[in-house]
Amino acid sequence: MSKPVVATTSLAGCFGCHMSLLDIDERILELIELVEFNKSPIDDIKTFTKQCDIGLIEGGCCNRENIHISKNVRKTCKILFSLGECDLMGGLPALRNGIPVEECIREAYLDGPTVGLNKEQILPNDDELPMILDKVYPCHEIVKIDYYLPGCPPRADLIWNALVALVTGDELKLPYEVVKFD
Amino acid sequence: MKDKVQNIIRNYHDDRTRLMDILLDIQAEFKCIPAEAIEVLAGQLNMSKVDVEQTLSFYHFFTYEPTGEYTVYLNDSVVAKMMGSDEIARAFEDEAGTKFGSVSEDGLVGLFETSDIGMNDQEPAALINGVPFTNLTISKVKELVAGFKAGKDVNDMVGQTGDGRNSDDLIKSMVNSNCRMQKGSVLCLEYEVGSALKRAVNITREAVIETVKSSNLRGRGGAGFPAGLKWEFCRKSNGDVSYLVCNADEGEPGTFKDRVLLTEMPEQLFEGMAIAAYAIDAKEGFLYLRAEYNYLKAYLEDVLQKMRDDNLLGDKILGSEGFNFDIRIQMGGGAYVCGEESALIESMEGKRGEPRNRPPFPVQAGYHNKPTVVNNVETLSTVVKIILHGADWFRAIGTEESAGTKVLSVSGDCRKPGVYEVEYGMTVNEMLEMVDADSVQAVQVAGPSGVCIGPDKFDQKISFEQLPTGGAMIVIGKDRDLLKEVALNYMDFFIDESCSSCAPCRSLTVILKNKLLKLMNGFGTMNDIDELYDWSKYMKQANRCGLGQTAANPIMTTIDNFRPLYEALVKTDDEFVSEFDMDKAVEASCKYVDRVPNVH
Repeated sequence: MSKPVVATTSLAGCFGCHMSLLDIDERILELIELVEFNKSPIDDIKTFTKQCDIGLIEGGCCNRENIHISKNVRKTCKILFSLGECDLMGGLPALRNGIPVEECIREAYLDGPTVGLNKEQILPNDDELPMILDKVYPCHEIVKIDYYLPGCPPRADLIWNALVALVTGDELKLPYEVVKFD
Repeated sequence: MKDKVQNIIRNYHDDRTRLMDILLDIQAEFKCIPAEAIEVLAGQLNMSKVDVEQTLSFYHFFTYEPTGEYTVYLNDSVVAKMMGSDEIARAFEDEAGTKFGSVSEDGLVGLFETSDIGMNDQEPAALINGVPFTNLTISKVKELVAGFKAGKDVNDMVGQTGDGRNSDDLIKSMVNSNCRMQKGSVLCLEYEVGSALKRAVNITREAVIETVKSSNLRGRGGAGFPAGLKWEFCRKSNGDVSYLVCNADEGEPGTFKDRVLLTEMPEQLFEGMAIAAYAIDAKEGFLYLRAEYNYLKAYLEDVLQKMRDDNLLGDKILGSEGFNFDIRIQMGGGAYVCGEESALIESMEGKRGEPRNRPPFPVQAGYHNKPTVVNNVETLSTVVKIILHGADWFRAIGTEESAGTKVLSVSGDCRKPGVYEVEYGMTVNEMLEMVDADSVQAVQVAGPSGVCIGPDKFDQKISFEQLPTGGAMIVIGKDRDLLKEVALNYMDFFIDESCSSCAPCRSLTVILKNKLLKLMNGFGTMNDIDELYDWSKYMKQANRCGLGQTAANPIMTTIDNFRPLYEALVKTDDEFVSEFDMDKAVEASCKYVDRVPNVH
């Protein structure tokens, strides 16, 4: 039987969840025995080359591209994981929710203390740029999510345990320290 | 201003535990709590400014900004909306020239919405400068606003006073008691004021407790804890001092029976309090009166004074050596959660009305950490008749586990709304006949935290065994949109009234409401209905007080009893539907950066 195919992607997040995935350390060698990676920053495959079995999304949706990607991942992967706080609930980027998007753009490009170089007061409006959404949406409001792995970031052991359990069909181990953050 | 604030504080002997009273006086004086007053308060009460603010920001009727010379608080609860409060709101806005949630430019009229004000049987209703105006119509609103503009005193605009004792010189209110309690039941049984107390002081404190215990009297506020047992626990707690508190903070939308008991038979209540105080050996008692009933305060103070004059309160009551007891009225500031006994105690101590962790229970460590009994108005009033007629007499009324009678506040789609006293065991069908209601879709029993039942359950008996209620019975007619007019409104109520201490109560209420809206907006799936129900279950387990534990009941009990209404909202077989609207989501940002949205 061929190995299950895994894809991962990072949207409006900080890549911390992917760092945490790398924190499984030498078990990554075991992991590649168990699964094959497709589109993912880990192997730097940028577009899907085939249907996948498992998708992991880090980060919520703050722009049109994020929405597009999450829908695409949903379409391509049989089982979808929400990875980390930003994907689950919007996380830090969602701090802007509640502030009008105009104000956020003004602060970022016109009024902020670090915008001195923008002497011509240009606002990013090139058609190539993804359009900014009115707020940051958690992925489960956009597509159906099958499993949630909470944490900021989720512990390496949680990601490892979840993937291994799913692939082997064994019971998922959830020791206290892996899912509690206090 | 400083002098005025200092004087107010001095009236309360610089006592920070009286912060509620102090804030109420300041709010009345300045129509807000000015920033300068907060500084004076902090200085003179030796508190931090934040401590002052955390109390004042908790209560609905304390405001940072002035609320207008004439402050209108219009009820926005379910029954108010059913009776047309939206039209009344528009009329107020048109006449006063300002929107709800704001004050007119000249500072004359402030328009605000508020949760139920205890007038469900005469909606639409509003409090204007604390004075209730009921059965509002558009022409009455025009008259009122014209009166504001002419500078009239709100009391002079009341006009015809209501029935019963509402026409008393010290009330002079247009409120109607609509008291449909039958003479000869329990609470309305005629008696001579003072006779029960006389009987009580002639037996031992233990004997009084024993009588109430064996009568099986259970708390009438909703939880139904045996009153006698509560007294016994308090008596057995080791404390040099104990307190008695009467909970008259009936904030549950749809309940107004305490208002009627307070208006029509306050002597009976105060006598009941004196009997309870004798039993638990309390010297001080408090009537925690909800802010909305402030119009009854002067009248109740007068009743208390008369009872002191008759030696039914004060020192050596009825000549009984060592039995000294008096009652102070403590006003609330507008917070539903203060009906929860430990939150009520926090509020009495001048703090935010956040429920305490239990144990210890109030009977062990309540007001000022002393053993405290908190009983409902109706419970304490009932005690009088139990002492007079005996435990056996009382136990014979009602059902096995629910002795006695229950006072119901009936409102909504019926021809005879008002206050009824019924024997426990009456079925909902019998009640509906009594209040003259037909074409009934549902009855909301015990307010938003209770249950919403349909005709298949109308044979259930009003009792602790089957259908417990603190008193609210809202009749909902066939033509109403049950989910929109009732369930959704109640979710808004809980979101407003949550003290936000427990995360599920703070957040899940909003999440549940949004999911309900998703269904109503046509984006729901069968999964959404299941999730609504499954998530609601966590509220019971994961919140500290009764408010949070029952805050999902409007959704849970309507799914239980009216699931087809939910299923009718689902338009698809899909497992998942997103409400996300790309066009809308990018509209604002594209407009701001001067870009044509291209979402396709």
